[in-house]
Amino acid sequence: MPTRQKVVVLLIGFSIFFTIIYLVREKKLKEEYSWLWLLVGTCILSVSLNYDLLLFFTELTGAVLPTSTLFFFGLVSLVLICLQFSIRISQLTEEHKKIVQKIAIMDQELEMALDVKRKCQVPLEEESPVQCSPDSHQGESLRS
Amino acid sequence: MKVLVILPAFNEEKSVGLVVKKIIEMTPYDVLVVNDCSEDGTAEAAKMEGAIVLSHPVNMGYGVSIQTGYKYALKNSYDYLVQMDSDGQHETKSIFTLLGTVESGECDLAIGSRFLGGGDYSMEPLRKIGQCLFGGIASKISKKEFSDPTSGFQAMNRKVIKFFSSDIFPCDYPDADVIIMAHFAGVRIEEVPVVMYRNKTGKSIHSGMKPVYYVFKMFLAIFIILLKDKSSFQKKFNQN
Repeated sequence: MPTRQKVVVLLIGFSIFFTIIYLVREKKLKEEYSWLWLLVGTCILSVSLNYDLLLFFTELTGAVLPTSTLFFFGLVSLVLICLQFSIRISQLTEEHKKIVQKIAIMDQELEMALDVKRKCQVPLEEESPVQCSPDSHQGESLRS
Repeated sequence: MKVLVILPAFNEEKSVGLVVKKIIEMTPYDVLVVNDCSEDGTAEAAKMEGAIVLSHPVNMGYGVSIQTGYKYALKNSYDYLVQMDSDGQHETKSIFTLLGTVESGECDLAIGSRFLGGGDYSMEPLRKIGQCLFGGIASKISKKEFSDPTSGFQAMNRKVIKFFSSDIFPCDYPDADVIIMAHFAGVRIEEVPVVMYRNKTGKSIHSGMKPVYYVFKMFLAIFIILLKDKSSFQKKFNQN
């Protein structure tokens, strides 16, 4: 590998590596999402420092040029990172759904409790006593 | 016997009040409107007519809205649940037909079919094709005829409410895949003739590019269900 190419790849590898470490340190990136990026950075560094390793992988994959191997593994890494994000987004969507449903139900319960409280605070002229419990409807229809 | 009628609603200010009023006048049941973060006065219109209103803080879609209703019914110990649309498409009187089938113990889940009953319902050709295709698949798998698998007019007992409240329920366009899943779980399903009218507002969850995604999603969901261990559905349904 020509020295100029080596320097460029090394610079890119180190930049990725240190940016990720910096982001994790600053709590801008969670460790959970950093490992795959770090793995990609480490791979780029290893391959650029050890040209024989790149040649080995080129032969292993049946590629003609070592640069094709680099592009190939770069693409595979990006696909894996995207897949990890998709899995996480799916989990977050499910959690988000549960939180939204819970908030909607709790909000209604709170409103009902406040309503009962308000009724309890009404002066004694009320003819029928109001059962002052937010759970007073449990087990029976609200309209019966 | 506690019955809850749920109406998922998104920007249905003009129709939801009337639908709630009709149900309250004609039935002794509680009415729950799940307001899916409407931008208009849907929640106020429903509350004014005496409905219980649950409001999502963000828009989540039809499937999540009906599941919120299931979870509310489960939490508040309702014995039966009827779900219907809030745009006035579904005839209120048909609630009794649906509920009667479930209450009699004939089935656990009654699906209202617009094609078995009366009403002036007609469908666009594309929707009709989708309906026939997925209805055909559901019928073939369950060995039971389903003429209207996309019907949102349904009644169910507590066991099904609990089953649909779990994570197993597909909130993304719950349709023929739910029927197939319920069939594998051992849910006794019956199609019941109901009266439905054509949606006058023209609004549909199947508008724009959504039908393309809907077809893809439905095929994938059915394929995944077929790959799954059927006893896991049964276990979930029979869980106490």
